[in-house]
Amino acid sequence: MSVWQDLYSGLQEQNFIIIAVAMDSRADAARPWIEAAAPTYPALIDRDHRVAELYNMVNVPQAVWINEAGRIVRPAENAGAFEAFRSLDFETMTVPEDKAATATAAKTTYVNAVRDWVLSGADSGYVFNDEQARARITVPSAEIAQAHCHFRLGQYLLRQARADEGQEHLAEASRLHPASWNIWRQAAAVNDLGLAAGPEFWERVNALGDAYYYPPVDMADMPK
Amino acid sequence: MATILSERGEFSVNAGPGKGLWLGAAEAATATGWSLRPEGLCRGEICVPAPKGREAEFTTADMVNLAAFWDHLVMPAAHSRDGDVWALGEGADNRAASLQSLQAPDFSLPDPDGTAHSLSDYHGKKVLLATWASW
Repeated sequence: MSVWQDLYSGLQEQNFIIIAVAMDSRADAARPWIEAAAPTYPALIDRDHRVAELYNMVNVPQAVWINEAGRIVRPAENAGAFEAFRSLDFETMTVPEDKAATATAAKTTYVNAVRDWVLSGADSGYVFNDEQARARITVPSAEIAQAHCHFRLGQYLLRQARADEGQEHLAEASRLHPASWNIWRQAAAVNDLGLAAGPEFWERVNALGDAYYYPPVDMADMPK
Repeated sequence: MATILSERGEFSVNAGPGKGLWLGAAEAATATGWSLRPEGLCRGEICVPAPKGREAEFTTADMVNLAAFWDHLVMPAAHSRDGDVWALGEGADNRAASLQSLQAPDFSLPDPDGTAHSLSDYHGKKVLLATWASW
């Protein structure tokens, strides 16, 4: 979030806003992060993953660019994350320098692209026309729509302290929408740092094989 | 009593007995935006009649079985074991059409202090809608 705050601080006079949405069902899990970043833009909590449902998102960070007329000029996509973590050395708990450097460069490239759009508007080379935007939109299947229904019901039941029943619906949501890391990680156990990054997570990541966890952003200058 | 989680929010309703989710027409309309009319269950211009010969599973004079209609409309629904909580979602086709229109779907969510913010509050500005998570 500090990356977004730095970006926003330089663009506050530009008729631009960032809306950060935390895909966080657990009460207060997002709060310390928000307080630490002290954003001057709205930081919202989405306990039912409503935004993921509406925009057919599957992971974080993902972002959508919306213009002054409320139209999508870049549909939901990876917001500049690079999967350096997949090269983590478990002995030293570090990632190779070249991967770390690529991750930094990817994020910088993405942030610079947002800035270019804010300053240049529709003339920005990063803005898609309607046809390009439509071609890049992924739409939900009936299974995905059903998954979000189970997810919402499951979260409601968890809040009602009906834990077993709630977890059943979260599991069903994940079964119906296996591509959603949001659903799976939200339902998974978290460690002391609040991260759903246990053996089951790594098993699931490794099962991706050559597929991406963070698909490269569709920008010509994006490092891969 | 039952709870409905719909596109419109969270509603406590008086659900009738019987298989499915039977509601008075007025409550059903408040909770879902779908109204019972002589021609069927309607939202805006669209009316869906109960299938011929199966009317009794769908409607009475003043009650409507939302579960039956949701199933008939191929819209997503899920319910608790006891049938006291129902999530009634929007159909995938409508979601897809909404996205393909390129008009950004509106939503309203709270900040950590509980103040609600809607995307539409920021109409007229460029918006970077960015997700993250603590996990």
